[in-house]
Amino acid sequence: MDPQADGNAPAPIEKVSIIVSKGSLEGVYPALIMANGARMEGIEANLFFTFFGLDAINRAKHEHVKVATVGNPGLHLATWAGGIPGVSSLVTHKLAEEMEKLDIPPIPEFVEMIAESGAGLYACKASVDLFGLTTDDFVDEVTEVITVGEFYGLAAGGQIIFT
Amino acid sequence: MMSRAVDVDAEGFMTDATQWDRDVAAAIAAEAGISPLTDRHWQVVEFMRERYLESGSAPSIRTLGKASGVPIKELYELFPKGPAKLAAKIAGIPKPRGCI
Repeated sequence: MDPQADGNAPAPIEKVSIIVSKGSLEGVYPALIMANGARMEGIEANLFFTFFGLDAINRAKHEHVKVATVGNPGLHLATWAGGIPGVSSLVTHKLAEEMEKLDIPPIPEFVEMIAESGAGLYACKASVDLFGLTTDDFVDEVTEVITVGEFYGLAAGGQIIFT
Repeated sequence: MMSRAVDVDAEGFMTDATQWDRDVAAAIAAEAGISPLTDRHWQVVEFMRERYLESGSAPSIRTLGKASGVPIKELYELFPKGPAKLAAKIAGIPKPRGCI
């Protein structure tokens, strides 16, 4: 039934399942902020890491997720300049400093925080197989490697957000 | 418990922190389904209130986890419907506006 049909307020969101498909800093943070924000509101949350999004939970890579400085018009930086070695690291470093001022944690700490808040963290099996990864490559907070079908099972009854 | 009126906003957050005391806190908590408040609840509530009165804003969940003495996992066990928001409400301070 349409929750608004009887004049009541819309039903609150009770569960979100957020897909993280990008491996850039600006690709990963929105998903983490939304997952953490959901838990802060008492909303159940699942994170499903797929393709390069897996870098956010890869213990060898999660400290090295960088801002994409090439092909990123939002930075208002010439493409050739964004491609100079070190520019991506520099921009990432500056952004990390600004985030720290706002009490936004670095990715490894943020992932840990979200897991502690009770959210489920899942890795996409197709991507794990594609990249030749195993569960040992992931941080301990990762609950399980699951198929897309299992993801839909987990997401049932809630909202799915693709990032 | 004696009944006493306090000023709150539309969502039930107190608008005058000086009207707060431990009885008011217990009443707000009970209304939110947390009764009784344990020592661990109080530790979080008192930490929030102190930080707010010092700095003018409520601490983030990250700061709560690091500095209140109660780890994040336990914060969610104590305040299942959202620790930062609910602890702020019980502490008699405005709703935290941060996204983190």
